[in-house]
Amino acid sequence: MTTDTAVGRFGRYGGRYVPETLVPALLELEEAYAKAQADASFNEEVTRVLREFVGRPTTLTPAHRLTESWGGANVWLKREDLAHTGAHKINNTVGQVLLARRMGKKRIIAETGAGQHGVATATACALFGLPCEVFMGALDVERQALNVFRMRALGAVVRPVESGSRTLKDAMNEAMRVWVSQVQDTYYVIGSAAGPHPYPTIVRDFQSVIGREIRTQTQAAIGRLPDAIIACVGGGSNAIGALHPFIGDTSVRLVGVEAAGHGLDSGQHGASLTLGTEGVLHGSRSLVLQDEHGQIQEAHSISAGLDYPGVGPELAHLAKTGRMEVRTATDDEALAAFYEVARTEGILPALETSHAFAAARALARDLGKGKQLVINCSGRGDKDVATISARGVPPATGVKS
Amino acid sequence: MSAELGKAFAKAKARGEGALVAYAMAGDPDLPRSVDVFAAMVEGGADVLEIGVAFSDPIADGPVIQAASERALKAGATLRRVLDEVVPEVRRRCPETPLVIMTYVNVVMAMGEERYAKLARERGIAGTILPDLPPEESAGIRAAFDKEGVDLVPLCAPTTPPARAEAIARDARGFVYCVSVAGVTGMRAELPPDLSQRLDLVKRAASVPVVAGFGISNAETARPLVAHADGVVVGSALVKAAHSDGPAAAKQLCADIKRGLKR
Ligand SMILES: Cc1ncc(COP(=O)(O)O)c(C=O)c1O
Repeated sequence: MTTDTAVGRFGRYGGRYVPETLVPALLELEEAYAKAQADASFNEEVTRVLREFVGRPTTLTPAHRLTESWGGANVWLKREDLAHTGAHKINNTVGQVLLARRMGKKRIIAETGAGQHGVATATACALFGLPCEVFMGALDVERQALNVFRMRALGAVVRPVESGSRTLKDAMNEAMRVWVSQVQDTYYVIGSAAGPHPYPTIVRDFQSVIGREIRTQTQAAIGRLPDAIIACVGGGSNAIGALHPFIGDTSVRLVGVEAAGHGLDSGQHGASLTLGTEGVLHGSRSLVLQDEHGQIQEAHSISAGLDYPGVGPELAHLAKTGRMEVRTATDDEALAAFYEVARTEGILPALETSHAFAAARALARDLGKGKQLVINCSGRGDKDVATISARGVPPATGVKS
Repeated sequence: MSAELGKAFAKAKARGEGALVAYAMAGDPDLPRSVDVFAAMVEGGADVLEIGVAFSDPIADGPVIQAASERALKAGATLRRVLDEVVPEVRRRCPETPLVIMTYVNVVMAMGEERYAKLARERGIAGTILPDLPPEESAGIRAAFDKEGVDLVPLCAPTTPPARAEAIARDARGFVYCVSVAGVTGMRAELPPDLSQRLDLVKRAASVPVVAGFGISNAETARPLVAHADGVVVGSALVKAAHSDGPAAAKQLCADIKRGLKR
């Protein structure tokens, strides 16, 4: 019986809904991860690689001009965009690829939406000398050309997936199908805090380095914890990583921002926490976008990394229990936020991250002056320039043309 | 438990044959014509019908069944419509043949497992296969099915360790579905050499019939299995035959495979 206290459950959510062929592999992974966690040398190695290779800790930047222009809380940026490969995704892939190597796996597969997880996996594989295949929706292959090149340059094989919506969910289906066929020697590096148990826990643990650093950095900078932390939510890995270390600190408001796409009432969005219903997708029970017959609906977001009809089970639990507040931002709002951040702070955020910025303005005002708000800057926008510039660039600011 | 499945396997055995569990996708190419496919397969000798209900994200299926799911969804084949429009018609045309639904757990959960079990029983469904529901997650759904006498048929994989395989077999309802290859559904030129040992192990532990499935596509791949299993499941090959050449081709293929199943 599925109970609230079962292993791999976050309240009602989580679990392990996969073909029997994969169950032994997931049990093996669960055991290997528990052993690795208990092994100081494993943790030291992860920490060392994060320091020497990834560039951790990433800085916590005060955003003076945004703070002034929004007229509310003091705004701080947790700079995951400065991590090697340009996004938080590398925190997880370094950990998982080290785990795979420890388990004696011979090859790595991964799925990717925006390509950031694919690049991060290809990078970790190059670093540790493992062959790597990345499944990517054919639509995302078109949208994220720079990242496709990066993966190939790093020696990975990119496999475009033509089925379904040709986006992240289909890439994940295909990766699972391939994993079922090659499970003995293959490690599947899942890119978000989603999928069957133990992945949501493993990914959350590796990403929690973000929140632990926010903790020490805010203590150092302001002598206390922040009043709120906000992060965008695709599958949820940057959000759970930034927020998890604060779950017990009830003074800290935790906020997740989902993609509202063309609008919550348009039917074209990625807002599974806001509008999803309970269901099973990619091996876990969570909130998913589906029709009344249980068919998964296609998500939409201008950002490939948020274009996913599900969400990690722990975030679903935090949202349903009210510990995390959920907000949304549309494609247009994210685009406007992209330029606002570029022109007030000199940072080109990823389109995913731009959703967090779009919702942060109102939150900063809600919080008010003297409060401290941390925005998790999940990644940089280089990969998105084709998508963004195709819509035309607004004229330069403060310069006569 | 449904007695119907046990009877169908016993009948095949009495005739000196392994049973053929024949799969097709409900709603492919549309709802009425898929009924013709099911009926034709029974004419060809199928002992049990496995009625596929499409899911948008079929992680256990290979390209042939994936494509069939897409066609079925386009034709409007929801679980509700399959139970209302396909199952009663198949039942009417093939009253002697037990029917098993194969779909994914989300499709059943969306209807509500109790509601599904009740409807399934009313429409004459003997069992249900949910390939993404391993034993750890199945207790709740199984209890709901048991209450209505709909068998939740478990799967066993080549990667399943022996002790776990025995536990699955001991605890099974309807029959045990032994997945022959570590992989997704689809036709294979060869089956793994240790499959017969695996089937023997499961058969020793099981109190219900044991079938082998995945990768079996013709009389040749089926023939060596009858010494170790009570029957075989054939899916992709039948779906492909019905899709390219219609019900008569599926009937013909069933008849061929049945010849391979003679002991
Ligand atoms: C920069 C960036 N931020 C956020 C996300 C969303 O994923 P998650 O919710 O798992 O952090 C992605 C996904 O590709 C990404 O590349």
